[in-house]
Order: sequence, then structure tokens, then C-alpha cells
Amino acid sequence: MSQGIEVIGVYVRDQDEAVAFYVDKLGFRVQADVRNGDYRWLTVQHPEQPTVQLGLFKPGPPVHDAATAAALDSLIAKGAMPPLVLKVSDCQATYDALSAKGVEFIQAPIRRYGQVDAGFRDPSGNGWKMIERPHKETP
Amino acid sequence: MNPSPELLRRLLRAKDRMDAHPDQDWPVERLAEVSAVSPAHFARAFKQAFGLPPHRYLLTRRIERAAALLRDTDAAIIDIALQTGWTSIGTFGRIFRDITGDSPGECRRRAREATDARSAIPECLVRSAERPDLKTAVLEKRRQAEAAKLAPPTTEVS
Repeated sequence: MSQGIEVIGVYVRDQDEAVAFYVDKLGFRVQADVRNGDYRWLTVQHPEQPTVQLGLFKPGPPVHDAATAAALDSLIAKGAMPPLVLKVSDCQATYDALSAKGVEFIQAPIRRYGQVDAGFRDPSGNGWKMIERPHKETP
Repeated sequence: MNPSPELLRRLLRAKDRMDAHPDQDWPVERLAEVSAVSPAHFARAFKQAFGLPPHRYLLTRRIERAAALLRDTDAAIIDIALQTGWTSIGTFGRIFRDITGDSPGECRRRAREATDARSAIPECLVRSAERPDLKTAVLEKRRQAEAAKLAPPTTEVS
């Protein structure tokens, strides 16, 4: 694949806290961590999906003025950012493993229509759904 | 003054708890404890943060869940009422109708008739999209409906 989505960003309240969460708890890897003055370009990637990077960005200067940054900080903390979905092969097992690591689950696994989903938040308040798709029967 | 992001994050935690267990009782004291603030402060801050008082938010979640159960299961309406936190089927039916405009039975029939073209959206997100938008108190909504019924027809003045 030569074209496609390379980076998708989420806003976080603290980049050190975010990288600790996404790497130490969720098992992502740091792909880029570059500073330029106060600005820090920080992206992580899922170990099984090296073509997509998840940016962990902190609202603030020089990209945002103080009022805009404060508004974004509030929205993040209220969980108002767009939904994020993580595909997993075994929702219950992942739930058990991540719960043991202290991930804040907001919904335990529920089976509906053949799929299993659960929900958690990152420390900033971003909400993730974790979905196990129905397993295709092998003929 | 606007609540700090730290407080908002803790208020979100209380909201998440209601989302996870809308059938349970959520007195303000219990929610305030989740958010680590005083009960008086909690109610005010929650409304400021999320635009409606905590008990009304809980109501939207109960109705949303009841509507999903009516649509997706064949459970008896009384069982759905009990599963979604009501202790009386009369109260459930009345409030359900006040909020959605349909009785629980009508809601079930209507949902079964509707064609299902939504499978591309994750189910959990469909549900939040179908959450009733409860900007006013239920009693106020009922009052407005009655006032509308009683209001004399308006005539256009040319």
C-alpha cells in the first residue's frame, strides 16, 4: 500500500502520562518523539499495525492560543472527543489483561449480535471502544 | 468560574458510572463520592459541565436502554422496566411516553417495522446516538405538550 492514512491524532492533557498509558498499558510502541522548543511531536503505533500512527498531542502554543487550548482541555476532560475503536481478537482476554494493568474500563465486555465490545478511557478522557468482530467460520 | 479540566475528568467518571449501571440508584451523594467533591458542588458542576442535572442524565440512559431492550429482545415490558431501574410499570410507561412520545409497546412495534440499515455503525455508538435529548425536565415537557393542545389556533394576520 503506497497511499492511505498515516497519522491520526488525539488530544491528551499530558504527553508523558499519555505515552506511559499507550505504551506501558496498551502495548503500543513509540514511533516518533521529536521536540521543537515547547512543541512535541509524539506518535505511537499499534505493534501489529506499523503503517498507522496515533498522534498524542497536547493543545497549546504555538498551535493554539490560551483560550482555545483551555477550551480543548475542557472538551477532552469531558470525554467529548470523537470515538476511537480498537479491534481485538479476544475482547474478554484483553479486558482481563488491561484491567489488571489498571486501565479504566467504563464498560465490561458485552456480547451482542455475535460481536463482543467493551469500553475504556485513556487518562485524559478519550473514550475507546474495543471490539471483537464475529469470527468467520472456516469452511 | 468554569470547572477545571481535573474536576471535569472526575465528573466524567461519575457520568461513566451511570452509563455502566443505569439500573442502579445514583443519589447525588454516591455520584459526588465518585467525583471526589461535595454533593452540593457536584450537582452544580455536573450540570455546568454536561448541560443537564445528573438525575435527568440518568433518565436519558434508562430510556435509551429500555428502548434498546424493547427493540432487541422479546422481554416482557414489566421485566424491562425492572431491568432499567424502575420499580413501577406505571411510572415507567408514563415517563417513557413523556420522553419518547410513544408507549413502550408502540416503541417496540415501530422499531420492528423499521428496516435495519445501521449495521455499519458500532452498536454501542448507535445507542448513544439514539439517546433521548432531554433538554427540559420531564414535567416541563408534559406541561408544554398540554399547553400546546389547549392553545387556541393562531390566525395569520395579513
